[in-house]
Amino acid sequence: MALAEHPLVQLSGIVKRFGALVANDNISLDVRAGEIHALLGENGAGKSTLVKILDGLLQPNEGEIRWNGTPVTLNSPEDAARLGIGMVFQHFSLFEQMTVAENIAVSLPSDTPLTDLNQRIADIGQRYGLALEPSRPVWSLSAGEKQRIEIVRALLKAPKLLILDEPTSVLTPQEAETLFETLETLAKSGCGLLYISHRLDEVKRLCDRATILRAGKVVATCDPKLETVARLASMMVGSDIAEVRPAAAHQNGDVRLVLNDLSLDAEDDHGVALDHVSLTVRGGEIIGIAGVAGNGQSELFAAMSGERLAQQTNHVVIDRTPCGFSDIEARRRIGAAFVPEERLGHAAAPRLALSENAILSRRSEDAIVTNGLINPQGARALAAKIIKNFDVRKGRVDPPAGTLSGGNLQKFVVGREILREPGVLIVNQPTWGVDPGAAATIRQALIDLAARGSAVVIISQDLDEIFAIADRIAVIHSGQLSECLSARDTSREAIGLLMTGGGGHAHAA
Amino acid sequence: MRLDIVPRGEVSTLARILSPIGAVIVAILIGGLIVSALGKSPVQALFVYFIDPLSESWTIQELAVKGTPLILIASGLIYCFRSNVWNIGAEGQYTIGAIFGSILPIMFHDSNAGYWVLIASLFMGMIGGLLYALIPAFLRVTYGVSEILTSLMLVYVAQLGLDYLVRGPWRDPKGFNFPQSVPFDATSMLPNLVEEGRLHAGIIIAIIVVLLSAFVLGRTIFGFGIRVAGEAPKAARFAGFNAKALTISAFAISGALAGLAGIVEVTGQIGQLQPSISNNYGFTAITVAFLGRLHPLGVLFGAFVIALTVLGGESAQIAMKLPLDLTTTFQGILLMCVLAADSLVTYRVRIRFGGRS
Repeated sequence: MALAEHPLVQLSGIVKRFGALVANDNISLDVRAGEIHALLGENGAGKSTLVKILDGLLQPNEGEIRWNGTPVTLNSPEDAARLGIGMVFQHFSLFEQMTVAENIAVSLPSDTPLTDLNQRIADIGQRYGLALEPSRPVWSLSAGEKQRIEIVRALLKAPKLLILDEPTSVLTPQEAETLFETLETLAKSGCGLLYISHRLDEVKRLCDRATILRAGKVVATCDPKLETVARLASMMVGSDIAEVRPAAAHQNGDVRLVLNDLSLDAEDDHGVALDHVSLTVRGGEIIGIAGVAGNGQSELFAAMSGERLAQQTNHVVIDRTPCGFSDIEARRRIGAAFVPEERLGHAAAPRLALSENAILSRRSEDAIVTNGLINPQGARALAAKIIKNFDVRKGRVDPPAGTLSGGNLQKFVVGREILREPGVLIVNQPTWGVDPGAAATIRQALIDLAARGSAVVIISQDLDEIFAIADRIAVIHSGQLSECLSARDTSREAIGLLMTGGGGHAHAA
Repeated sequence: MRLDIVPRGEVSTLARILSPIGAVIVAILIGGLIVSALGKSPVQALFVYFIDPLSESWTIQELAVKGTPLILIASGLIYCFRSNVWNIGAEGQYTIGAIFGSILPIMFHDSNAGYWVLIASLFMGMIGGLLYALIPAFLRVTYGVSEILTSLMLVYVAQLGLDYLVRGPWRDPKGFNFPQSVPFDATSMLPNLVEEGRLHAGIIIAIIVVLLSAFVLGRTIFGFGIRVAGEAPKAARFAGFNAKALTISAFAISGALAGLAGIVEVTGQIGQLQPSISNNYGFTAITVAFLGRLHPLGVLFGAFVIALTVLGGESAQIAMKLPLDLTTTFQGILLMCVLAADSLVTYRVRIRFGGRS
């Protein structure tokens, strides 16, 4: 038992520089066998860099990695895999058209025999509660099932250290609970886990220790079970986060957005058809649309925004104007505004400057475009106003959108719409992958906008967010939208059940 | 050993401007190797190719004459390439433009009709190229047919059409059976700018087109739509730009400008229709557009470099007995170098040793 004196993996004094930027500044961290160790930090705190170093994708400029007490060099992911380090990334790398078993087979070393693969998948599944049908094509699976593939991939290599990056970001509460049980089983079997998450509740529930990074440095190592969520959050951002003001009992105004029995075919094989969706939103309220990813959220957003047109003009009514046949610009002109899910590539063009990106959704304004001619001063002034009001932090004057961090770009694209004072605002995933500070700014701005009389719809996978700011909640599942439930009188569990298709809807069986 | 291609992050404007210049230098070095492999002096070739054409008034005029169609076509191609539409068939639109534009000068041959024929023929040329470019555009937006294939194949249709016309219905009855149309009247021809020289008014048209394009792409909301559509198609949709309408407009503009180039070449230089009216201008202009970083002002630089190689190639054939194909080869090398320089400015290559394959 000589080895047990040493932690499974020990990082000491890790420094990683990218040019002038010090992404990891003298980071020390250890993970013991059988422990679930949380790695916390805002976007840009250096978590991803550290994980990439552990996975052999990046090499540190300084510092030492010890594995069971022995110094090691990790030059490639293969080196890391040989030691027994496994990764489960936040974004799935799966071939949608192939089956579960095929997707697992491609990830294994080329000399692995594949004959008993289905059996091995079943064995792993049974031991850790990861049920998977090997012959199902991946596109037909839910996000939770897809993630199980990623975990099974990692487990088949019998890792001693498993790193999970934001594993619950696309899961329902029930799916997340199943995952936690799996992870606890794994830890009991002696595997060390490094668990990266923004969700502090989960970290408190699951993890034995937490290391908190801020601006590339370790600011604290603690036992998360002994800390409050608020304290963990303030350690992450270095200051107390402005508490989002809870939605007061709103004075609901006139009906501003109506969806009447809206149906829309799927755009392609992997799309979801909208199935008789109805919704009424009044001025002054925030509607949260919850749901597991891939249940028609992007289709619903496209139908509301006018990026896809409805089958009848009265299927979408904005401020009493039927506009099912109006395109997105026409809907903007009657006072609606939209923020799509993807920041880069949809809400903003990465290589265009911020001032040019400001034009995207504001081109019907005279100060920006006059008689078909762009007014660069007007665009720059608008960008500057958004940047100032929403505290968008950037490296230099008018940089390309792609150079901003996720949170800052999100503040920009949300701010661009809110400053228009829209009558109806529809936001898809308002704070997805955004650090807590930026998320609080954005949520507060949405609440304030509703308080000024606008109708706000947020489509979100983050139940914390929905419960924090929505007055009423509807759930989208398989392209169907549930009734709106009052946020005060509804439990997370009830919403979670609706998200998986249970709870009184079609699924009787 | 493993090669990784890693993004460099933010790239300075200076690097972006310098990259085509670096590409030209590398291409010249590679060209020099080929010339020496052919047993000739690369230094002499360098002079014949790049210095001699700049040494005399008539060669400089010739440079502008060769550059004119390249500038016109490449200015149009920019609209396509910027919006991620791949019009490879400018050569065909050029040919059809020349045919359409020649209708009036041929009809009003020897009729003292006056200068309106010239003006009208330039517009006809644009309409011809535009209509021809709309074929791949409509196939693209209605049936999703790859515009790369259709626009390219239509080049051959256009060339065979021209061939038929000058051998059949439009053949000059007094032309000793040569496959060519009647010679155009002097009033149907673009005026010369230099007495006794070959420089014609086409270069002025080309420069006006460049300035206009720079304005349209840089300052108008339409040009903005073109740029956004190429950078991020979903962002263009979000901004309310209609992707199909943009594709059709880009094709229409580039077709019209290629057609204009065709009729400018005929009325400025050749003076009649004949089976061969292009020096591969429609294809070479693709290189010009990329050499100019898909910017209208950059096109002037690109057209200058390419016209230099065309002219230099001709004199190298005479002076050094170097094959004319070498010019085409060199243009190909140049395009490769430009595209490679483009990638290397945006990404860097990292060679890593160790690790298993």
